[in-house]
Amino acid sequence: MLAGIYGLLSASFFVSMDAVDVAFTEAAVGAGVFPLLMLTALTVAGRYEQTVHRRPRAAFFLVLVTGALMIVGTLDMPAFGSLDAPAHTHVAARYIELSPTEIGIPNMVTSVLADYRAFDTLGEVVVVFTAVVGVLIMLTPGEQRQQPSPANAVETMRSHMILRVVSKMLIPLMLLFALYVQFHGEYGPGGGFQAGVIFAAAIILYAMLFGLVKAQAAIKPSILRLLAAFGVLLYGGVGVVSFLTGVNYLDYSRLATDPVVGRHIGIFSIELGVGITVAAAMILIFYAFAGYATGRAEAE
Amino acid sequence: MLSHLPILQVIVPLLAAPACLLLDRARAAWLFACMASFISVVISGLLVFQVHQFGVLSYSLGGWDAPWGIEYRIDLLSAYVLLIVSGIGALMILAADTAIRIEIPSERQPLFYVLYLLCLAGLLGIVATGDIFNVFVFLEISSLATYALIAQGRDRRALWAAYQYLIVGTIGATFILIGIGFLYSLTGTLNMQDLANRLPALESSATAFTAFAFLMVGVCLKLALFPLHLWLPNAYAYAPSIVTAFLAATATKVAVYLLIRFHFSVFGVGFAASVLPLHSIFLVLGLVGVFVASLVAIQQPNVKRLFAYSSVAQIGYMIIGIGIGTVTGLQATLLHLFNHALMKGALFLALAAIVFRFGSADIRHFAGLGQRMPWTMAIIVIGGLSLIGVPGTVGFISKWYLILAAFERDWWPLIIAVLLGSLLAVIYIWRLIEVAYFREGEGESRGEAPLSLLIPTAILALANIYFGIDTRLPVYLSDSAAQMLFGGGP
Repeated sequence: MLAGIYGLLSASFFVSMDAVDVAFTEAAVGAGVFPLLMLTALTVAGRYEQTVHRRPRAAFFLVLVTGALMIVGTLDMPAFGSLDAPAHTHVAARYIELSPTEIGIPNMVTSVLADYRAFDTLGEVVVVFTAVVGVLIMLTPGEQRQQPSPANAVETMRSHMILRVVSKMLIPLMLLFALYVQFHGEYGPGGGFQAGVIFAAAIILYAMLFGLVKAQAAIKPSILRLLAAFGVLLYGGVGVVSFLTGVNYLDYSRLATDPVVGRHIGIFSIELGVGITVAAAMILIFYAFAGYATGRAEAE
Repeated sequence: MLSHLPILQVIVPLLAAPACLLLDRARAAWLFACMASFISVVISGLLVFQVHQFGVLSYSLGGWDAPWGIEYRIDLLSAYVLLIVSGIGALMILAADTAIRIEIPSERQPLFYVLYLLCLAGLLGIVATGDIFNVFVFLEISSLATYALIAQGRDRRALWAAYQYLIVGTIGATFILIGIGFLYSLTGTLNMQDLANRLPALESSATAFTAFAFLMVGVCLKLALFPLHLWLPNAYAYAPSIVTAFLAATATKVAVYLLIRFHFSVFGVGFAASVLPLHSIFLVLGLVGVFVASLVAIQQPNVKRLFAYSSVAQIGYMIIGIGIGTVTGLQATLLHLFNHALMKGALFLALAAIVFRFGSADIRHFAGLGQRMPWTMAIIVIGGLSLIGVPGTVGFISKWYLILAAFERDWWPLIIAVLLGSLLAVIYIWRLIEVAYFREGEGESRGEAPLSLLIPTAILALANIYFGIDTRLPVYLSDSAAQMLFGGGP
């Protein structure tokens, strides 16, 4: 619960720092999906923990030293918001001055993350992909454990009429909004990460209200696995196409005759890759945990 | 295509990973992963050649020149480490198919290869890039994959070991990120070269000092430098054998690379000396690490754990090399990167063969092993001799250069300490040999390990001897890399 509150607070913090894109993601992941996954994990884990009575004095001391060091570090830092701070005058200045003509899209955040530093973003997508593969390998049942039989899985929220009706109306809107965020990323706050999370949230909401079985029937885990891999390949593939046009990896300028149009196509494709992988990864992780929880509940 | 080699080095395994997930059959995934790993070895070989021929290679990703875009920058040091990592990665994957057969349930095997490739790509990415934030991104990829791989051990304690490493590793990564954040706020750039140009002017700034401290501590956590090594023995002991062999021969090496890169190329040699006695700290921690870890190793009943502690000790030697603070000292460190990868690779792979036969690497399985598995045991003897530093093996070369470096500075106590450290290695290796050759084994005699495991192990063991006699390649590379690092950055 506190984690959820923390997520919301930091989301608002990001808004006040004018980082709407990050706030978007934080609100969806930090305040939405993360507490949900924590709760699911808690149902899997035991209820009580053996308490160990030990006072970690050394750890406390270390935390104090680290904290003090961080404060020392801020002493010589350029003043917050100062115009001549190096962070604003060196690399960022070029992004602000030239990106509207070089890349031709109004959202500079997207320009930086999908073009100037597109390779970092590819790395981040791979991080998401690695996380989902990690969760899958941990929760894939070995020989000794049986797959949970879908017939016994219950629809948890059958009695909540209001929730069911309201969510039935909401879910299509959420999906639509996800698509809007996905394709509007070049012009306003948004992009693949945010869209993927919103899309996943809609599916997870459906799974929570109508049961895992129905959700899995609608969107099969095997297809999601393909999609998660496909998103990364799409992103990486755009880079490979750049090779073939005779320029460096992830250089979109020759994807069309006009470099600016080429960059549009490039950004559009990689954002799509990001969205697909992120959405598939989120849903898969939820499926894995929820499936594991029901499997455990049956075994007991 | 040759001009694209720097990026191909990383994206071949990186994109092979999701493709591997699509295959979804263990055998097919294995073959595919083998192919990708071998392509990366070829690429790293070509890269060494190109750097040797044309000097530093710079590759602007997305066509944006540094510092606006991300730059891949391959100098001799990175080419050398890329060669080590991809070479070991390919040999290990050859053996993986057999080694994981009994350790990982068949449903999980395709996913295992996906994670393996991701881990490999992450490690290669850290080494190839010239951008500090990109380092962090690839560090995350390799670390996440590592946590999941370690947790695949058959022992339930593998989960706990992986969790421990997850916590420590995440703290390390966060420290590195904080350091990067401070550096960005101070200089406005993330490119290593650009940073190296801008930092000298800011030498007296407290923020630069803090950034340096955070980066160093973060890397040392990943490095398992004594006393930050506590995660390593458990992780190595309970991970699947092939994972242990891969990580022991690559992951710590990449962390040492990162330490050298930050210390020498980003901040510059002078920076550390002006703000804190980093070299003396390294010397002391390295020495204490060598002795404490070796003494603990002597008492371990589980041989995997024994060699894990010995790895901590060997990391101590590498850090001592940096701590000496001369070109020869650094060269000793770089040589030991290469040589230690060969010895620990051979030793842990041989242990994988023993685990394959007996189900665990407990020392009681070693009784009479000299007759039961003569080849595997011979490889362990070679690896052990190399670890001690007997002439004719690679271990001798590293020790030789380390002693040479100490000699140049007239640090006799250090020379004696290094020799004493080797004596401790003699004790724990002898323990194994004694049990294997002079104690009768109980039960029926069991055969040798399958060839698919034995051949890669034997290649590594032979490499231990070959590079112990014909030292031209590693000595040339490490010498030029060390001189380059001292000669004012890449």
